Amino acid sequence: MDHPVVPVKTYLTIFGALMVLTALTVWVAFIDFGHGLLNDTVAMSIAVLKALLVLVIFMHLKYSAKILWLIAGSSVIWMIIMIGLTLTDYRSREWIESQAHRAIPWASNPPIEQAAPAADDGHH
Amino acid sequence: MSDSRPSYLAHHFDHLEQQKQSATLGIWLFLITEVMFFGGLFLGYIVYRGLYPEAWHLGSGKLDIALGATNTVVLIFSSLTMALAVRSAQVGNRKGCAHYLLATIILGSMFLGIKAIEYSHKFFPGPDSHYFLIPGKNFSLASPYADQVQIFFSFYFTMTGMHAIHMIIGIGILIWLYVKALKGSYHEHYYNPVEVTGLYWHFVDIVWIFLFPLLYLIGRH
Repeated sequence: MDHPVVPVKTYLTIFGALMVLTALTVWVAFIDFGHGLLNDTVAMSIAVLKALLVLVIFMHLKYSAKILWLIAGSSVIWMIIMIGLTLTDYRSREWIESQAHRAIPWASNPPIEQAAPAADDGHH
Repeated sequence: MSDSRPSYLAHHFDHLEQQKQSATLGIWLFLITEVMFFGGLFLGYIVYRGLYPEAWHLGSGKLDIALGATNTVVLIFSSLTMALAVRSAQVGNRKGCAHYLLATIILGSMFLGIKAIEYSHKFFPGPDSHYFLIPGKNFSLASPYADQVQIFFSFYFTMTGMHAIHMIIGIGILIWLYVKALKGSYHEHYYNPVEVTGLYWHFVDIVWIFLFPLLYLIGRH
């Protein structure tokens, strides 16, 4: 299927939106939302929005065959699996009291005993 | 188009449309492998930031937010010129295509130049600087989290460095396209290389869209 020619005005509008969002993300970075996670959520939401604008218009997804949506979407799914499953491990280690000695120390803990995590590896 | 075979239709394709679809599908599949490649780096970033949030806060504060933001603007601008280069080819404006490709090359080089300035500030911090932020035996920072900040800077240099390598490769391809575009190789019937390079270029832009807030903007509040 042939891409329709996207009007220059559309490209310029998207460029303008990306500039506004860049300014916005810098601006909100200096505002304290009270909780660090909230700042991260705002920053990442803006980044995702910017990425979507680039994907859909600059990368012509909007005008492309559905198979390309599927391929682009599959990368998101694999990323969610990779990050999600890894974090269920890392972020839940400290929940298990009996294994506290095995947990990688989180930042609240004093300096790290380097040997502990490495010694773990062969035991599964 | 079907009665005579144009020179720009490769022998293993039946027609131009098939060739174009194959090229687009191929680059998208490649970009997915790139997502997973950078994804690994982002995953490492997330895990270690979870481990050492104070160090990430400290390290991020040592980056130059003005240069980082300038580079974001430069790179997004280069994405615009890239998109316009593809569009020019689509409408058969051969000269416009070449000009926009050149603009993209210049903007991409500007990005790398600014990146080089940033790196040089880290490598040569000046005689009265109290810290040295290159990971390794000379790393020094007066902080109880110094060792962990070193990990932040390992991520900073790996992620921005891999991104810069992608930019260098992209600029190399763009220069090749520019030379061909000057000869009028790309037009309304055949512009696959421009389109495909554009997709790669926009992808590299998207990587930076995530790197910028994650590296420069955390912990500014």
